[in-house]
Order: sequence, then structure tokens, then C-alpha cells
Amino acid sequence: MSNKEWPLWEVFIRSKQGLNHKHVGSLRAADEEMAIDNARDVYTRRSEGISIWVVLSSNVFASDPSEAPELYEPSDSKIYRHPTFYDVPDEIQHM
Amino acid sequence: MKEEDRAILEQNFQAKIDNDIRIEPNDWMPDAYRETLIRQISQHAHSEIVGMLPEGNWITRAPNLRRKAVLLAKVQDEAGHGLYLYSATETLGADREDTIDDLHSGKAKYSSIFNYPTLSWADMGAIGWLVDGAAIMNQVPLCRCSYGPYARAMVRVCKEESFHQRQGFEIMMTLAKGSPEQKAMAQDALNRFWWPALMMFGPNDAESKHTAQSMKWKIKRHTNDELRQQFVDVTVPQAELIGLTVPDPDLKFNEQTGHYEYGEINWDEFWQVVKGNGPCNKERVDARRKAKEDGLWVREAATAYAAKKKLRKQAS
Ligand SMILES: [Fe+2]
Ligand SMILES: [Fe+2]
Repeated sequence: MSNKEWPLWEVFIRSKQGLNHKHVGSLRAADEEMAIDNARDVYTRRSEGISIWVVLSSNVFASDPSEAPELYEPSDSKIYRHPTFYDVPDEIQHM
Repeated sequence: MKEEDRAILEQNFQAKIDNDIRIEPNDWMPDAYRETLIRQISQHAHSEIVGMLPEGNWITRAPNLRRKAVLLAKVQDEAGHGLYLYSATETLGADREDTIDDLHSGKAKYSSIFNYPTLSWADMGAIGWLVDGAAIMNQVPLCRCSYGPYARAMVRVCKEESFHQRQGFEIMMTLAKGSPEQKAMAQDALNRFWWPALMMFGPNDAESKHTAQSMKWKIKRHTNDELRQQFVDVTVPQAELIGLTVPDPDLKFNEQTGHYEYGEINWDEFWQVVKGNGPCNKERVDARRKAKEDGLWVREAATAYAAKKKLRKQAS
């Protein structure tokens, strides 16, 4: 039996107008049209979406989790990027 | 990798688990954790898919259009559950077709409950109420499983399961309120599915070889016996409410503990069914194998069509 599989697709769904597409999972399909049809059946059976994106999983490039400290620690230490870092006199109501 | 490096990685891994930090696909994990998850999630996926067969058996014979639409929607959900779970196994590096072939060769297991036949319409009620009910008990804690993709799949599954149980209970309730023949049908279905439903939680804690490690890894949050007890405690009053009798002469409520005590489970039957000697094991696996074989030309045609379309697009 041929075990040649259809390619894997990552599925992104916009749940309602005005929101981002969000990753919901993956599925296999022969082409992008079938991927969208299948995504509709697999991921929107209860009105979870109004728009679907599919992306070939092989086209997704991910950061390396073992590099997380080097990548994200520098921004953790820059607390002056947050408004709470600054003192505002009590007399000032809005700033 | 050096021995001490591995020890550090393993320590960090367990520390994350202990702190309830989820493990994601690209994170380092011990091989045994990966293998345990692939085995458990693919078995879970197979159960969803094989589980469509006993119910699919009644779609064309549902007693009215409402029941038919509901059953169809439920069975379609189970297909979806299978797909979410196969996707989760793929995030661990498992090959989807290989895991499916393991089911077809008999190497991989699935929930033994689906090896029982569905003899009457009332069985659709008993399955939704008891089998999906037991599945919910198992799956709710899995929403907090340490492996991210499995936990997220379970959140979706659990959201969809509760209608499954309610539609089953509604069928049982309607039959139990019906003619004496209808009530007898409901009772008969309960008689046949009660014990296999209790077996769904797996062997007693003392016999369950994977439980301790799975709990340490937070793949599992409760033992088999804890979940089984929880199931009995919520289900017995539901049966009483609709006037059906749980087929267990030893069943009694213990005022002190606040739990029901139930009779001895026939573990010999359980192991027989797990080993492939249940009433429908062969029929179920044959049906799945046939579906894959008969669908081969469709999959090939779709692949060829996709390639042709791509060429045409490039040419234009
Ligand atoms: Fe399910
Ligand atoms: Fe279900």
C-alpha cells in the first residue's frame, strides 16, 4: 500500500471580524484548496471562524527554544520601556 | 551527548513539569516521555476513529430526522477528535501513516469498549451517556497535561464532548419513559454497556504499570481507580433518576465515605478483549483496513490533480 502522504498544513482561523488569525492546529491535504476545505470541516464545526489561512508546515521557521534566554532576556531587563517605571506626581490625573 | 549533560537536561525538564510549565514540540524531552506520549495519543486517536464504527452502524436507522442529524454530527465530531490527535502525534515526530498502520496490523491498541456490538437503537443512548461520559472523565484532566499540543487538543475535544453525553442520556431518558418494550430496550443496553464502560478506565491501580511515571510527568493527573470511582458516583444517580437499574448486585452507597461501592470487575474479560478476542475486534480493524485500501485511488487521484494544477499555474 502506498504510504505517500499528503503534505502537512498549519491552520490559522480568524474567529471574528477585527481579530487576528490564530493558529489552531494542523492537517494533511493534497493542495491548498483541499486544505481550506478540510480546515473548515475539522476546525470550524461550531462557528469558530469566518476566515481561514493555511500554510505549508514546511514553510514555517521557528526560533530555537534553547536560545530563549539570549533572545528574550535582554528585553526583560529594560524595565524603563514600561510606563510604570516613571514617577508621576499625584496631582496629575491623566498621563 | 555526555551523561552529565543529559542529567542536567532531564533535571531542567522535570523542574519545568513540577512548575506546571508546558512542554512544547521543539523543547528537549526524554525519549521515554516522547514515546509514552506517541503511544498514548495515537491510541487515543485510534479510539476516536474506531469509535465511529459502532455508532455509524445506526445512522441510517435512527428513529427520526432529529436523532439522525444529531448522531451524524456526533460521529463527525469523533472524526475531528481523531484528526486533532493524529496532528498532536505528528508534533512529536511520529509518522501519521505509520501509526495508522500499527492500528491495522494489531500492534497499536484502542479503547476496548468499541469491540462490543451495537445491537439496538438504545445502544446509541448507552454509548453517548456511558462511553462518552467515561471519556469525558478521562479527558478533562488531560486538558492540563504537561504536553502543550495534547492539552490543547483536549480542550477542543472536551468542549465538543458534552453534547455527546447529553444526546445519549436524552435517548435513554426518552426510551425509559416510553412503552414497556422501549424501557426494556434501554435497560438491556445499560446491562451490556455498564461493565465495559467501567473497564474503560483501565486496570486497577495496583496492576497499572504506566501510572506512576505518567503522573510524575503530569501526563496523567488521576489514577484509573480514582476516575472510575468518580464515574460511578455521578452515573448511578442518573440511572436512578430515569428509572433504570445498574446491573451490579453489589452496588451500594457508603454513607461514611460518600462514595458508591461497586462489585468486582471481570478483568479476565477485559484482557481478552484487549488481546483481540472481543466480539468485534476483527470486524473493527478489518473495516479500518478496508477504508484505507478502498480510499487509496482517491488519495492518489487527489495528489495527481494537485500536481497538475500546480504545473498549469506555473505555465500561465
Ligand atoms: Fe471523542
Ligand atoms: Fe464523543
